[in-house]
Amino acid sequence: MTTLFDKVWQQHVVVPETPEAPAVLYIDLHLVHEVTSPQAFSELASRGLKLRRPDRTLATLDHSTPTLPSVNGELPYVTDEAKHQVATLRENAATFGVELLDFGSGQRGIVHVVGPEQGATQPGMTIVCGDSHTSTHGAFGAIAFGIGTSEVGHVLASQCLLQRKPKTMAINVEGQLRPGISAKDVILHIIRTIGVEGGTGYAIEYRGSAIRSLDMDGRMTLCNMSIEAGARCGMVAPDDVTFAYLQNRPRAPKGAAWDAAVARWRALVSDADAKFDRQVHIEAADIAPTVTWGTHPGMGASLSESVPSGDDAQFDKARRYMGWDAGQALVGRPIDVVFIGSCTNGRLSDLRAAANELKGQRVHPRVRMLVVPGSDKVKRDAEAEGLHDVFLAAGAEWREPGCSMCIAMNGDIVAPGQLAVSTSNRNFEGRQGKGARTILASPAVAAASAVAGALSVPNGV
Amino acid sequence: MQPITQLRATTFVLREDNIDTDQIIPARFLTTTERSGLGRAAFYDWRFAANGAATAHPLNTEAAGHAILVAGNNFGCGSSREHAPWALLDFGFRAVISSEIADIFRSNALKNGLLAIVVDPAAHAFLLAHPRIELRIDLETMTILGPDGWSTRFALDAFARRCLMMGVDQLGYLLAQDEAIAAFESARAA
Ligand code: SF4
Repeated sequence: MTTLFDKVWQQHVVVPETPEAPAVLYIDLHLVHEVTSPQAFSELASRGLKLRRPDRTLATLDHSTPTLPSVNGELPYVTDEAKHQVATLRENAATFGVELLDFGSGQRGIVHVVGPEQGATQPGMTIVCGDSHTSTHGAFGAIAFGIGTSEVGHVLASQCLLQRKPKTMAINVEGQLRPGISAKDVILHIIRTIGVEGGTGYAIEYRGSAIRSLDMDGRMTLCNMSIEAGARCGMVAPDDVTFAYLQNRPRAPKGAAWDAAVARWRALVSDADAKFDRQVHIEAADIAPTVTWGTHPGMGASLSESVPSGDDAQFDKARRYMGWDAGQALVGRPIDVVFIGSCTNGRLSDLRAAANELKGQRVHPRVRMLVVPGSDKVKRDAEAEGLHDVFLAAGAEWREPGCSMCIAMNGDIVAPGQLAVSTSNRNFEGRQGKGARTILASPAVAAASAVAGALSVPNGV
Repeated sequence: MQPITQLRATTFVLREDNIDTDQIIPARFLTTTERSGLGRAAFYDWRFAANGAATAHPLNTEAAGHAILVAGNNFGCGSSREHAPWALLDFGFRAVISSEIADIFRSNALKNGLLAIVVDPAAHAFLLAHPRIELRIDLETMTILGPDGWSTRFALDAFARRCLMMGVDQLGYLLAQDEAIAAFESARAA
């Protein structure tokens, strides 16, 4: 009768929920970055509180950090304030005893890339971070969600959160995905189907044969964008694919502890008769290469479609902002920038998919293409395979790891009016820079578009 | 946090649906390590042109003095940045009313004393159609009273309501659970 979400939830209830008060929920892993933590550490300091569990807290630097290398030993921060923010996390980490994956550690990267690749993210955990894309970690069968800075303070001081249990939604994607269809296409299709507020108040479990067929990178892409449908949390039940990914990761259990962990993790599935508050069914065969045309992630369309011509005020505003005519074909629209990276699509398999489209090709002269690996490790692994040579030979920029143009707060921006095809997760007005326009797409679509200089269908589709 | 039992103020309407946190405060203002002074950055890209000049947006010309923001559906979607409610509060808003408010934004707002209130679609439509009216938001009765006897009820989580009305310090509340937390930790370690 019990869903995966409920099983993991119940294992973490310290004080049960009542009508008068939310549950006190125990948090296994707290990920921290420089943007949403300084005010929380200040709060602890001003109350004279300690960090309760340094061993369950892991910090990295990603949002405000430059993606260009040091010049004369100095990183080129966009502003002194950004530099100060990074220095503040360093100080707080030292004061409170938090492990920081800093520059030079070889382990730094986007918070939602490093947690899994270090093996810190594990099935059955509760994981939080002051960042809405924490839902990424749900790909391992963890309950993972974003919190605000006040709550960051709560977890630092008590290792717990006050939470009411959300409703549960099953999204079943059944059948076989068509050739060349990636997890990004699947999630953009889902968001388009249920809407940007379709998941509000729910924890999603992605189920079905098409989901099982995804590798861990794909499952992370999927869970990552749960929040773009309004759901704080998205999960996939762990299976052999999950265990194979985690085995031998630096922070994963070893030896007998590993065997015991896998035995425990195998129980983390929804029971056959589990009741979900809502069920959504999607046929895998219906999913085409999907992108966004508008100004929120639910304004999506398959590449064979045209920009909708409905005269709804919001569509009209989005069309104007993006510079589309109603009914215009999506494919063929000239573009200015391509961004490959982010916690959605900045992992090794994403870079491989992009390189695959670029091999032996040149980026169109009109286009600026930025490739930003999600972490130090992704960068090393990509270079070991020679992917960077493919990008550089094509005329793309190969950068240091970080959030970069996904959030455009480190100086990597799309100029006003320019149109970017981006593998990130948000196409809100100005997300990639004031006046910037964003089309969300998979790495293959983005790379194919870079070559064509216009929105394009990738080769393998 | 100061206890709040009711708010009497006038409304300012932003009709757009899906106003996301990147509109409420653009990411480039998030490099701060403080929580004060963010009103300047509120809706910055709506309020200021590329050359820094103030635009003719109603947020610049009409919002002053109105402490209740009535917004289109699904307000506050997007990121978890608590800078969003900090910016709205510093700009002068004390409440946001919509027909749907994103979960993380709502939780952040209520923790900072910004009343994030979801009303039913009919009440929402009325409020969108009648800008600059005086409302009394009453947490005791969970009602909003408007002009000429207009009123609507809203739901608010019992705990969030108690925290607002009694000025409960949520971190203090959690720390008071220390015994239960320690017991949980040792039971799991065993
Ligand atoms: S890559 Fe983008 S979405 Fe992901 S954590 Fe960084 S800023 Fe947030």
